[in-house]
Amino acid sequence: MLSGLISNFYETASIIVFGIGFVTLLLNRNIIKKIIGFNFMDTAIYLFLASKGYITGRIAPIVSERLGDANVVAYQAGTAVPNINNYVNPVPAGLVLTGIVVSVSFTAFFLALAVRLYRAYNTLDLHKIISIMNKEENEE
Amino acid sequence: MINVVESLKNFVNGTQLIESKNETEIKDSTVVKKHHETSFTERVTALIEKGESKAARSAYTVVAVIMAIIIIGCLIYTVSFLPHFGGADNPANSSEVVRAYIENGIHDTGATNFVAGMILNYRAFDTLGESSVLFIAATAVIILLFRHKTKEEEKAESVEEEFYEDKHDVILRHGALILVPVTLMFGLYVLFNGHLSPGGGFSGGTIMGAALILYNLAFGDKSTKKFFNYNINKVVKIIALGFYALSQAYAFYVGANHLPSIISNGVAGTILSSGLILPLNVCVGFEVACTMFGFYSLFDREEI
Amino acid sequence: MFLELLPFYNKYLEPASAYEITNVVQNFPFISILLSLFIGIVCLAVRPKTAMKLVFFNLGACFLLGLSTLIYCIGRGDYFIYVMGQFPAPFGNEIRVGVLEALMATAFALVMFLSLMGGLKHIFHDVLPEKQTYYFLMMEFLFTSLIALIYTNDLFTAYVFVEINTLTACAIVMLKHSKETLVATARYLMMSLLGSGLIMIGISILYDISGHLLMEDIKVAVTALAKTGKYKLPLEVVICLFAIGLGIKSALYPFHSWLPDAHGTSTSGSSAVLSGLVLKAYIILLIKMIYRVFGMEVILNSRVLNILFVLGVLAMTIGSIKAINSRDLKRMIAYSSVAQIGYIYLGIGLGPAGMAAACLQILVHAYTKPMLFNTAGAFMDEANGSRKFKDLVGAARKNMWAGIGFAVGAFSMIGIPLFAGFVVKYNLATAALTTTKLKAIVALVALVISTVLNAVYYIPALMVLFKKTDDTKDIVLFGSKTDVPFVVSNGIFIICNFILGILSFIFIDIIIMGLSMFA
Repeated sequence: MLSGLISNFYETASIIVFGIGFVTLLLNRNIIKKIIGFNFMDTAIYLFLASKGYITGRIAPIVSERLGDANVVAYQAGTAVPNINNYVNPVPAGLVLTGIVVSVSFTAFFLALAVRLYRAYNTLDLHKIISIMNKEENEE
Repeated sequence: MINVVESLKNFVNGTQLIESKNETEIKDSTVVKKHHETSFTERVTALIEKGESKAARSAYTVVAVIMAIIIIGCLIYTVSFLPHFGGADNPANSSEVVRAYIENGIHDTGATNFVAGMILNYRAFDTLGESSVLFIAATAVIILLFRHKTKEEEKAESVEEEFYEDKHDVILRHGALILVPVTLMFGLYVLFNGHLSPGGGFSGGTIMGAALILYNLAFGDKSTKKFFNYNINKVVKIIALGFYALSQAYAFYVGANHLPSIISNGVAGTILSSGLILPLNVCVGFEVACTMFGFYSLFDREEI
Repeated sequence: MFLELLPFYNKYLEPASAYEITNVVQNFPFISILLSLFIGIVCLAVRPKTAMKLVFFNLGACFLLGLSTLIYCIGRGDYFIYVMGQFPAPFGNEIRVGVLEALMATAFALVMFLSLMGGLKHIFHDVLPEKQTYYFLMMEFLFTSLIALIYTNDLFTAYVFVEINTLTACAIVMLKHSKETLVATARYLMMSLLGSGLIMIGISILYDISGHLLMEDIKVAVTALAKTGKYKLPLEVVICLFAIGLGIKSALYPFHSWLPDAHGTSTSGSSAVLSGLVLKAYIILLIKMIYRVFGMEVILNSRVLNILFVLGVLAMTIGSIKAINSRDLKRMIAYSSVAQIGYIYLGIGLGPAGMAAACLQILVHAYTKPMLFNTAGAFMDEANGSRKFKDLVGAARKNMWAGIGFAVGAFSMIGIPLFAGFVVKYNLATAALTTTKLKAIVALVALVISTVLNAVYYIPALMVLFKKTDDTKDIVLFGSKTDVPFVVSNGIFIICNFILGILSFIFIDIIIMGLSMFA
């Protein structure tokens, strides 16, 4: 098991970060800290995904003259192909890009919600907010 | 279960339900109940549901911690069984899809950046959804924070703003004067070269958004509003995403029905090439720039 | 040409029967997704009333498109694949349309149309005037994500639309102008994000061990892996991650804590859509994953269905007990949703035998719960907006039509013959009898207990609502102010309930046909 963990050190690290984020999101009462936890969690997943696409000794998937892949016209005509052994897997990069945009959107939304919650209840402690809400409901 | 029995009793002579409910309501609001007056289930539900008791809270914490530890332990244990890092023979890296993206990418899409070709041509539907997420989030933040002002409020604020306008830093202004055009230019460069080099709509748009934010910080709200206000923001976003959706609708329809497409891929490696990828990058870029500036502006002063 | 030399490329360029577009109807699912998306974008620019008209136009159009797709699919007797772009999957995106998908898309469009129609008055009352446009925008995108989730054939597309679904669902909860909806949204959002995180890491691991994102290709890879026993543990972990992630999002029992707040506090149209459709979309995704990503054999070997079965049984009982204890009409209905979701998971937990009953329960609950929420909204109108039972005494006599609707919904939930809920319980019971002895006994006992518990809270609620008091001596049929859209939508809901209850064999046949296309 240990050798597996050491050879997959990026994944191991990302899972540990994921755990930190998960616990923060689940257990911290402060909404801002919850948002930080959520960002930790998402970032860990992107690290995980990005490390899945990496292949040792290869470069980013953009046609590069440096590696002798310069005959773009021939590639477009279909008479030659770029050397696949030069490039890493492009799929995770696309997925991470999508994931980052989603995570930015959710962060903005959650932060805006936190602003409104603070204005309504004068605290960012979710437990306190819930108990204030229950009290108000019972008073009605 | 006692409550169940009570409810059953009430069910038998239905009228009592309302009265008993009224009674409990009164009890709740008046004095603190004595211990023996409350039933066991009431106490337990009070403990759990209100979440105010220490016992319930620590129980929740303990359960949550145990759950989290189990999940993370499982995941770490799983990682040790996964294919090794960086291996070219891993299932994900050796699949036919990866091979096709790299070997046929330029032929199919005309983009020398395989990632751009993948997200804006092969898997454009995903990216359409992704841009929609950004659009929706911007709208959601507007819902939460945008303040719809009356005309009087607007007047009062503009007077206030004029008063503070002059206090912007001289160094900041001169620095911004140099930096903003350069940053905007760089953003546009990244945007327009998305299919040739690293970059594309999302990164270019973010850089442009940063330039707008810097301009706003240095020169104040009023001068920004001359060329960029809420309506322009809205219109740009609608046009950008609307064009994206329509062009993709055309591309999907043509592709699925095996019809000839009017979109040509051009000569790969030149700036005007790779079919729809360039216009889509531009659309995405402008949408991202508007959204980023919108986020900043809404969080800062609840308007755009 | 180099392309023809590659063996795998030819396989996909050669149009297999499922890929060929022979009929114009095959374009309809794609048109409905893109039309909804485009109208959602346009909604930002228009006034609330126009946005409302656009949404209703789109939902009506999608209903008709879905219906024609359904009829075409049944006639065709097989699924078809629509390529989203020039390149067939696994290189590009595609959607896959079978009978079950078409049925669900059609049903969802109708439910959304009727729920919005029934809650229209409350939407214009509860949402601030300057934000009403955004409400319809969010609904439009919500609908887009729902049908995209139903039709998608790609795991990552599913993830993107799951996120759109979460974001829009949170937004329509928070759009009601009150403090408590903010808290409800925060809790909902937090739980949803946990779920999304688990789903995303599940997708990552699955992609790592299978190398694909397309459902069919993953299934091929997973079946091969299961045979060799390679990556056995990661596979099981992935299955658990998806079950937990989608369970959190669809409010399966131990993860249901966000549901009563979110569904109880939002405006009645939102509650109807959230409980009727949003929860179901995730369950449909789970069923798709069971059949099309992992394959039934792998799932049965992993025993995850047993966990879902136990959680379903717990949800059925504990959700009902919580509903008994609530003094708030909408909260009671929301807790009842927890119990009803338990029925679906019970069906899934029974394995292949119970899957048809689970799908039927998805339909039945989608048609019953929005009706209950909309009628609850109508009762609240008669009680000055209060949700408490003590203020709602005799409310049904002030609005008899809503009272009838609530009674039909309640009887359906309890499971009285002729109403839709009975068919589900009957089917679940017969399905349970075909499985192992232990499961059958547990399922039957749970069904009986849950039925009794349902009666324990719905019948007293009915008695309170129909109680004759001093100021409700005369029965008013349509309430103090006749709300025409509500009257119409409630009528259609009642008719649909009876159709589902009496003609259920048709729907079961369609569902079984759809499930056979899955496998």
